[in-house]
Amino acid sequence: MQMSREQSRIRNFCIIAHIDHGKSTLADRLLEHTGALSAREMQEQVLDSMDLERERGITIKLRAVRIIHKAADGQEYQLNLIDTPGHVDFSYEVSRSLAACEGALLVVDASQGIEAQTLANVYLALDHNLEIIPVINKIDLPSANPDEACAELEDVIGLDGSTAIRASAKTGEGIDAILNRIVSDVPAPTGDLEAPLRALIFDSHYDAYRGVIAYIRVMEGSLREGQRIRMMAGSKEFEVAELGIFRPAPTAVQELKAGEVGFVASAIKNVKDCRVGDTITDARRSATTPLPGYRKAKPMVYCGLFPVEPGDFDRLREALDKLSLNDASLIWEPETSVALGFGFRCGFLGLLHMEIVQERLEREYGLELVTTAPSVLYRVTKLDGEIEEIQNPSQMPGAGLIEKMEEPFVKANIMMPKDFVGPVMELCQDRRGNFINMEYISTQRVLITYEMPLSEIIFDFFDRLKSSTRGYASLDYEVVGYRQADLVRLDILVANEAMDALSLIVHKDRAFHRGKAIVERLRGLIPRHMFEIPIQAAIGQRIIARESIKALRKNVLAKCYGGDISRKRKLLEKQKEGKRRMKQVGDVEIPQEAFMSVLSIGDEK
Amino acid sequence: MSWGLYVHVPFCLGKCAYCDFVSYPFVQAEAGRYLWALRREMELCPATGELPLTAPDTVFIGGGTPTIMPGKCLADLIRDLAARFRWPESAEVTIEANPGTIDRLKLAGLRTAGVNRLSIGMQAAYPQTLATLGRRHTYADVIESVQAARDTGFTNLNLDLIFGVPGQTLDEWRATIALACSLEPEHIAAYSLEIPEGTRLFQLVERSELEPCPEETELEMYQLLRQNLARHGYRQYEISNFARPGHKCWHNLRYWHNGNYLGLGPAAHSHFNGHRWSNHSEIERYVTALDAGEFPLAEDEQLDRRTQMAETMFMGLRLKWGVNLLAFRERFGVNASELYSGEIDRLLRLGLIEIADDHLRLTEVGLPVANIVFAEFL
Repeated sequence: MQMSREQSRIRNFCIIAHIDHGKSTLADRLLEHTGALSAREMQEQVLDSMDLERERGITIKLRAVRIIHKAADGQEYQLNLIDTPGHVDFSYEVSRSLAACEGALLVVDASQGIEAQTLANVYLALDHNLEIIPVINKIDLPSANPDEACAELEDVIGLDGSTAIRASAKTGEGIDAILNRIVSDVPAPTGDLEAPLRALIFDSHYDAYRGVIAYIRVMEGSLREGQRIRMMAGSKEFEVAELGIFRPAPTAVQELKAGEVGFVASAIKNVKDCRVGDTITDARRSATTPLPGYRKAKPMVYCGLFPVEPGDFDRLREALDKLSLNDASLIWEPETSVALGFGFRCGFLGLLHMEIVQERLEREYGLELVTTAPSVLYRVTKLDGEIEEIQNPSQMPGAGLIEKMEEPFVKANIMMPKDFVGPVMELCQDRRGNFINMEYISTQRVLITYEMPLSEIIFDFFDRLKSSTRGYASLDYEVVGYRQADLVRLDILVANEAMDALSLIVHKDRAFHRGKAIVERLRGLIPRHMFEIPIQAAIGQRIIARESIKALRKNVLAKCYGGDISRKRKLLEKQKEGKRRMKQVGDVEIPQEAFMSVLSIGDEK
Repeated sequence: MSWGLYVHVPFCLGKCAYCDFVSYPFVQAEAGRYLWALRREMELCPATGELPLTAPDTVFIGGGTPTIMPGKCLADLIRDLAARFRWPESAEVTIEANPGTIDRLKLAGLRTAGVNRLSIGMQAAYPQTLATLGRRHTYADVIESVQAARDTGFTNLNLDLIFGVPGQTLDEWRATIALACSLEPEHIAAYSLEIPEGTRLFQLVERSELEPCPEETELEMYQLLRQNLARHGYRQYEISNFARPGHKCWHNLRYWHNGNYLGLGPAAHSHFNGHRWSNHSEIERYVTALDAGEFPLAEDEQLDRRTQMAETMFMGLRLKWGVNLLAFRERFGVNASELYSGEIDRLLRLGLIEIADDHLRLTEVGLPVANIVFAEFL
């Protein structure tokens, strides 16, 4: 095996942290400190380039930036900072970017201490044998307690707290120490320069001019412009049109060698041909085995998206098409609904992914959408032995055909101050959780682990968790498999007609309670009509809850002051416009928010 | 061509709790500038090019509270208007008045100047409801005003009433109707309270300090109004208007017929044959424009045919006898029943309208929910 002298001066690292613990600010500071950006170019949080990312303070797409650092030994080192998303929905992407590194900065907020995602990310990093450099950030805050945070590092993770670097990304304190530690502690990449090419795709993104841009870490061999390459899982072949690195502006290079990180563009039209986790090899001199760990991300949460204006159907399809170019994990297929007309059933990695897609469709494509309540992917075994996967309540077979039903379960880690253990456990029990473990991570804070249905997590769980802990709890979860459950389909009937878009699959024991809550909510949302409207919740033929909306009694414009008829007309036009924006189902007009209402129903008994 | 003249007087004693109109507390100097500007506008207005050579046959001086102005100012103004527009003696000349702002002297002056109809803002009879509305008078003031009007020879009186006020009960409303009828006005207009955004009442309701009147109660009040006024000999001729025979308000009928009118004064609206315009509503802008010799135009809209027809429909439907389909065809050259066949079918099916004697009108069922019907024609 051959290793170059250059390889010994490369360090590939990432930053892992719980959301809001200052990852992006630290990345900015590292870039600024090494002169990758001049102060004038410096824009806060440059790595989060999408507007949405910046607004939500989360990182959706990872980026890789090369910075040059002159270390204490007088040598210049090439440091590749690989940014990772911080949210559970994107944990597969996190794992791929960790696989591209040899080390990780573990950032912990000095006033918050370790949180659920810190832990999840640390375990992921340890799984990948990364060298972990703990950084206690935000020590400039008055509420900072770095000693306590260090103690948590030792007690919970087993890291030597005394080696943690105390820093403030805001003031710049400790940045130098961090850079020097990366050089001294993170191992240089190894990888045979002469071996057949193996490069890991840890992210990809679609560019309108250059096609798909793959972010890669070359593990073995090298990659040159013009080279013929093959995707080992996707098996398609392409020619390398452009190679480059980010510093952070894209800069073309002739070659990327084992150990290096960069990007490659090969006129690939669709991100689905260039999936995260796949291995790029040389088409003529192929590696025999791909890099480990590739899997296709499977959507876990589904919902229907319908245009408010029926005429926008084509625009919605085009927008989804474009978004999918950039998002291999977004899947969709046409769906029709009696209530909502023509739209799409879409699958997402998780709730956050779903919200991001909805928001991008509305913001970037100017679409107005009606969204149905999200559903998980259920597994139904029928009496004839056939197994069906169901992501839409309307597909659920009749009760007489079902042998058993299973639903995805997650292992949820929740951290909170010890005073909130009671309410959190109550919430988890209430959401059909099975208690697994409880552990004190410090004298003040507790980690509890539950297994519970994913469907309960996507049903307003995070908001409830936050409100029952005054915002102090943090949550992380991963899907652990399918469990059998006693599930039924709850139908909602408005004016005696079943509203397909409002149906949902719920646990039998909770059907009554939820049905009651939904019909009560709808009574407040659907405006009065000329006739009384019954609203019912039903399981099969059995009505389990009922409300009714009284008929409209009075609606007349008052006095016409001094002949201001335009004003009258405008008022009537507004009324008519409001009516037009509702969905007409039979004789009943239903406002759009009604279709999401099933989600935001409080769960109190 | 028949048309009406409207003159807006933007002054009030103070703002009522439900009022979202531009109005100003009465200040002598302001009123002087206003009157000066109004006379400029009278001179200027033929320049609009729409003003017919004929005289108006209805005149309406509204507000605000026109009668807050000194009697002599008002009488002079009306005389100047009459000299300028030369309406015939037979014209209906109405002025709006609030109890407490009129006395025999003022009313006699108005009579002499040619005013022959008086519309009094009674609104309510009971102190707590008057207080909720922010009115600054009592029922006793109303009695006095009516008495003074009769003494000075007014034979055509209207009383304005409001129902559906927060806190108002059905019994209170029944008594209020009786108290209004006991004053024997020739005309009664009764509106259900609207609470526009930006008003004091709106704030109170927002802050849950006041409970808005439930729809059911409002409807009961409305039906009670119709029954009890009918018993006292008042015939309903519009959603909110009731008159003894021969005393309908011709000026307001013009609005409902989507007819022509010229509005003078701040915030006044005008309409001639599909052309609508309005004046600046702030006094300052109104005066400044006229001072500079300009027309105080705020909005100017040439309605397309479709909109003119829609307005003719929804305004006409307010009338008890409805829209005259023959007149509609004569005016627009199309049959409303063909043009709106889909809408009419739907509304007929819901039982909200009926067609009889070449008129399209609201049914008993449609009357309380008239907006639903109106909106169909837009």
